[in-house]
Amino acid sequence: MVDLRYESPETIEVAVALLAAEGQMARVFAGGTDLLVQMKEELVEPALLVDIKKISETRLIAIDPDQVRIGAAVTGAELGENEQLKAMWPGVVEAVELIGSAQVQGRATIGGNLCNASPAADSVPALIAAEARAVIAGPDGIREVPVGEFLTGPGQTSLGLGEFVTSITLPKPPEHGGDAYLRFIPRTEMDIAVVGAGLSVVLNPDGTCAAARLALGAVAPTARLVEAASEIMVGNKLDDTVLEALSAAASETCSPIDDKRGTIEFRTKVAGVLACRVAKIAWRRAENN
Amino acid sequence: MARNLVTATINGDEVEFTCSTEQTLLDVLREDLHMMGTKNGCGSGDCGACTVILNGRPVNACLVLGVELDGANIETIEGMAKGNELHPLQQKFLDHAALQCGICTPGILLMAKALLEKNPDPTESEVRFGLAGNLCRCTGYDKIVRAVLDAAVEMRASKS
Ligand SMILES: Cc1cc2nc3c(=O)[nH]c(=O)nc-3n(C[C@H](O)[C@H](O)[C@H](O)COP(=O)(O)OP(=O)(O)OC[C@H]3O[C@@H](n4cnc5c(N)ncnc54)[C@H](O)[C@@H]3O)c2cc1C
Ligand code: FES
Ligand code: FES
Repeated sequence: MVDLRYESPETIEVAVALLAAEGQMARVFAGGTDLLVQMKEELVEPALLVDIKKISETRLIAIDPDQVRIGAAVTGAELGENEQLKAMWPGVVEAVELIGSAQVQGRATIGGNLCNASPAADSVPALIAAEARAVIAGPDGIREVPVGEFLTGPGQTSLGLGEFVTSITLPKPPEHGGDAYLRFIPRTEMDIAVVGAGLSVVLNPDGTCAAARLALGAVAPTARLVEAASEIMVGNKLDDTVLEALSAAASETCSPIDDKRGTIEFRTKVAGVLACRVAKIAWRRAENN
Repeated sequence: MARNLVTATINGDEVEFTCSTEQTLLDVLREDLHMMGTKNGCGSGDCGACTVILNGRPVNACLVLGVELDGANIETIEGMAKGNELHPLQQKFLDHAALQCGICTPGILLMAKALLEKNPDPTESEVRFGLAGNLCRCTGYDKIVRAVLDAAVEMRASKS
């Protein structure tokens, strides 16, 4: 057994240096709700845990004039208590709040949900729909990547040696904009998404759609943007023809697996159903903004 | 093995302990501090038997490391009664027979306490959602939910 060490640096620079020096044997430690379970199951056996929770940048929610910055180590419970953020990006907040129980919410971070890179991670479709970007610190300084490009496969990200996510940025929500996230699970609480759907929409003054982004989780190795959704919705109202086309486009985007939670056929169908439901919620929010 | 020296406040008392990096808060409480009230059910965040309040928030002690806790404030079931005086939730659990084997009870009591602090007047459905991370194999939940709702009534009355 390796002798596990723990560090809790207070600056990004020290965290990067620690991660870079330890290489593959280091793990970022945020809420630990994925990592400690994986360590217990011996899926990962790190030599060094770098706790990022003492780095102030990772713990802040900053609402700037042009964008919103959410520190990577902000917990689900903290996001849920931020009324201002909830009003701006309700879909992103509701997605993060779906993670686990109240006890898990007290620890689970938005950055951990992203970096764990589960195909079913609840925050990810909502983040992709909202055009979120991951802010990454590393030996060569800071870089920013759209969340959709950050995730490269199940459990895989584009993080290089010594890099970690310091925060996640969201654009300032446009006027007449709204977003929403829904997932299907066999129970009502405490389960992993069979399908997750996040959608953000912007309306024109005449009530037609100006822009839309739909992303699906748990139906492919990584969350997917439904490319056709924008074309289907833009210029139109949310009538039955649009909803039908949206549902078909969502189902066509799926390449899911069969498992005990849902068959391929079921997941493909549910993706279409959730796409319509989430579109209606986001649309209503946009109308009220 | 790396030993880490940690000073934390547990139920109002300053406590100093050493732990290895792998040790969870649950391990520290039970193995080193011999505080057996916090229960070990699953070790993976699924059952809530290990629920404690960490810096004001309910968490699963099995998913927290001891080494993280320097300067932390922890509340466990041992701190819930004040001397011989039970907390209203504890009394209501007795009144409603809301426990059988009792393994889930410390975790549920602390989760319910945190829930009522945030929401003193919850609906039944809010209580059920709030306790979704606490599993009980014995009672069927109904008595637990009733006990929590009844305690909420009493706690609101004693406040006003
Ligand atoms: C009972 C239970 C229920 C759950 N339910 C859900 C659910 O409904 N939906 C869902 O999506 N998830 C769920 N999860 C999984 C988990 O809680 C979430 O994925 C959570 O957001 C992970 O965050 P964390 O801070 O705990 O991550 P950690 O466990 O600390 O880290 C997870 C991984 O990401 C890496 N990492 C963390 N932060 C960073 C960073 N800033 N930069 C680089 N790498 C980083 C770590 O090294 C590790 O590999 C559940 C877990 C449990 C135990
Ligand atoms: S023992 Fe911690 S949640 Fe089950
Ligand atoms: S009383 Fe036995 S598990 Fe709840």
